[in-house]
Amino acid sequence: MTASATLRTRTGAFLRDHSFALWVAASVFVFLSVIVFGAMFGPAGPAWWRVPTELVNRLPIVSAHSGMSSLDWNIVWEIRMPRVVLAALVGGMLSLSGASLQGVFRNPLVDPYLLGVAAGAGLGATLVFTINRSGTSSWPIDPLPLAAFAGGLLAVVATYFLSTGGSNERSGVKLVLAGVAITSLVTAVQAFVLQRNSDVVRQVYSWILGRLSTANWSDVRLVLPYVVLSAAVLLLHARLLDVMRIGDDEASALGTNVARVRITVIVASTIGTAAVVAVSGLIGFVGIIVPHVIRLVTGASYRRLLPLSFFIGGAFLILCDIPGRILDNPAETPIGVVTAFLGAPFFLLLLRTRKVPA
Amino acid sequence: MKLAKRHKPSATRRLLVILSAFVALIVIATGCSSSSSDSGSSSAGYPVTVTSGSGTVTLNAEPKSIVSLSPTATEMLYAIGAGDQVKATDSYSNYPEEAKAKMTSLSGLQPNVEAITQYQPDLVVMSSDSGSVDTIVTQLKALNVPVWVGPAATSLDDVYAQITQLGELTNHKKQADDVVSKMKKDIAAAYKDVKAPANSTYYYELDPTYYSVTSNTFIGAALAPFGLTNIADGSASGSDYPQLNAESIIKANPSMILLADTICCDVNAAAVSARPGWNEIAAVKNNKIVPLNDDIASRWGPRIVELIQQVAAQVKGLK
Repeated sequence: MTASATLRTRTGAFLRDHSFALWVAASVFVFLSVIVFGAMFGPAGPAWWRVPTELVNRLPIVSAHSGMSSLDWNIVWEIRMPRVVLAALVGGMLSLSGASLQGVFRNPLVDPYLLGVAAGAGLGATLVFTINRSGTSSWPIDPLPLAAFAGGLLAVVATYFLSTGGSNERSGVKLVLAGVAITSLVTAVQAFVLQRNSDVVRQVYSWILGRLSTANWSDVRLVLPYVVLSAAVLLLHARLLDVMRIGDDEASALGTNVARVRITVIVASTIGTAAVVAVSGLIGFVGIIVPHVIRLVTGASYRRLLPLSFFIGGAFLILCDIPGRILDNPAETPIGVVTAFLGAPFFLLLLRTRKVPA
Repeated sequence: MKLAKRHKPSATRRLLVILSAFVALIVIATGCSSSSSDSGSSSAGYPVTVTSGSGTVTLNAEPKSIVSLSPTATEMLYAIGAGDQVKATDSYSNYPEEAKAKMTSLSGLQPNVEAITQYQPDLVVMSSDSGSVDTIVTQLKALNVPVWVGPAATSLDDVYAQITQLGELTNHKKQADDVVSKMKKDIAAAYKDVKAPANSTYYYELDPTYYSVTSNTFIGAALAPFGLTNIADGSASGSDYPQLNAESIIKANPSMILLADTICCDVNAAAVSARPGWNEIAAVKNNKIVPLNDDIASRWGPRIVELIQQVAAQVKGLK
């Protein structure tokens, strides 16, 4: 055996043994690069190349001269950066929730809004818009994200208890159907409330289309703890989700407490989703498409799928937000439009060229 | 088979009897209503015909029970002294104070013809805010209810024309002319000698997610004589109500910020100054954040004079 052949075999073995670590490292690298990239482009602010230089300059010890004015830095750090970071957290959380729920329900059509989070949050937000808001600016906390968060959680709790039916058994199918029913019910209530308060239609519509455009650091601080907590819980369940891929009964036979895994994953993904929806509005598409793209590229193992969903989902939403703020300068293009416009053709292309893993 | 054949004619006959009874009832009912409507007294100057957004409206007598589905029209009717003739208004007609007593749950945005007719109006006034305005007008006309539509104004002349038409329809021509000439005089006075310094700009905020208006809107036209440039102009979206980008607002560095979201969303000068990064904006530094009344700003009624005067006072101080 020649030396080069040995090297090749060794490299192959290394890649095979460490493919998980490599994939995750690559996705983290993409994630961080896209955060910096996202901070470089906007309708105003400094020349794009000054941004990375200035970011390096702001690090402790290092000094790099970027020649950026204080106004430009203000735009980059106070307006653009919180928006980029929020997009990262929202995109990451929605993709991770979507992937995890697809796992516990063994259903590829599941998205993070399935159990009623979106509808509940929408109703909560609508109710806040319809109350007389005079004086709310002096409240210690903004009631809007709070109501959206609470609404999202309540809707899922309702779904969960309604799905019990006559028996104690909560099958995945029952939960999904109860989620569909609760979503319709809550959406109907929202439509009714809106009908009686037609003056807030524009505000509600603007909320539904996504609120990244007004992101600031306090939004980031508000969601960060929930996202970190939920993401940690979901990532720890990746191995169990892999076991559950073979079926509930089989997984139980192997010693997995299927019911407990399911409820834990649902609770964690609901809390994370409700938190990001509360500050960002309803951003669709990310939570269902990103996990599928990753499955198509790297295979169906949840140990790989979950972390990649978070990082790639975050990167995807940051990238989608860039045309949103540049195309119609000085106006905005709704992010939901961009995610679907960029994401759908790309996904269809992958679907045609790849074999769909089970 | 035979059984069915024998029963069929009798069923049809029964249906015919019921149907003819209905027809008779309808004939009697419509006959009654048309004879009673003839008894309405006609006053001097009628019939009156005006051409509004919905085509021509002809009134044979002074209207005594007007249903207004437009807060703007309600303000106009009260301003010209026709308030007593208003019987019911939509749920947003909150001005003037005495109009609040006429407020009902009628919706101006999604009007319901049945709900409107229960007030037996002899004139319905509405704006074109409703997407289904044409359908409503057709339905009301079919019921012989006169409808006047005042579309959203795009200029002050539109406002004057609408006030004048309402004056003619309600037998308050003189008062309407007085209101219009006073408005013209006050607005001319507000514009007179008030000119913003060159390169002055303004940002007009519709809500805290930075929705704004361009100069192509009524409010843009009303502010145009001050010589300020609107930072929302030139948006590639082509919308007259674009959602602006926060970076673009800071970069545009408006000399004045006009807040039309003080009531809806409780925004005020302090809240705007506290927005991250906004402290660099000239309007914030020079305390040129002007809180407007949302209702006045979103309507095109007689109170637009107050808004123009309020802005004029602030433009004077611009450096």
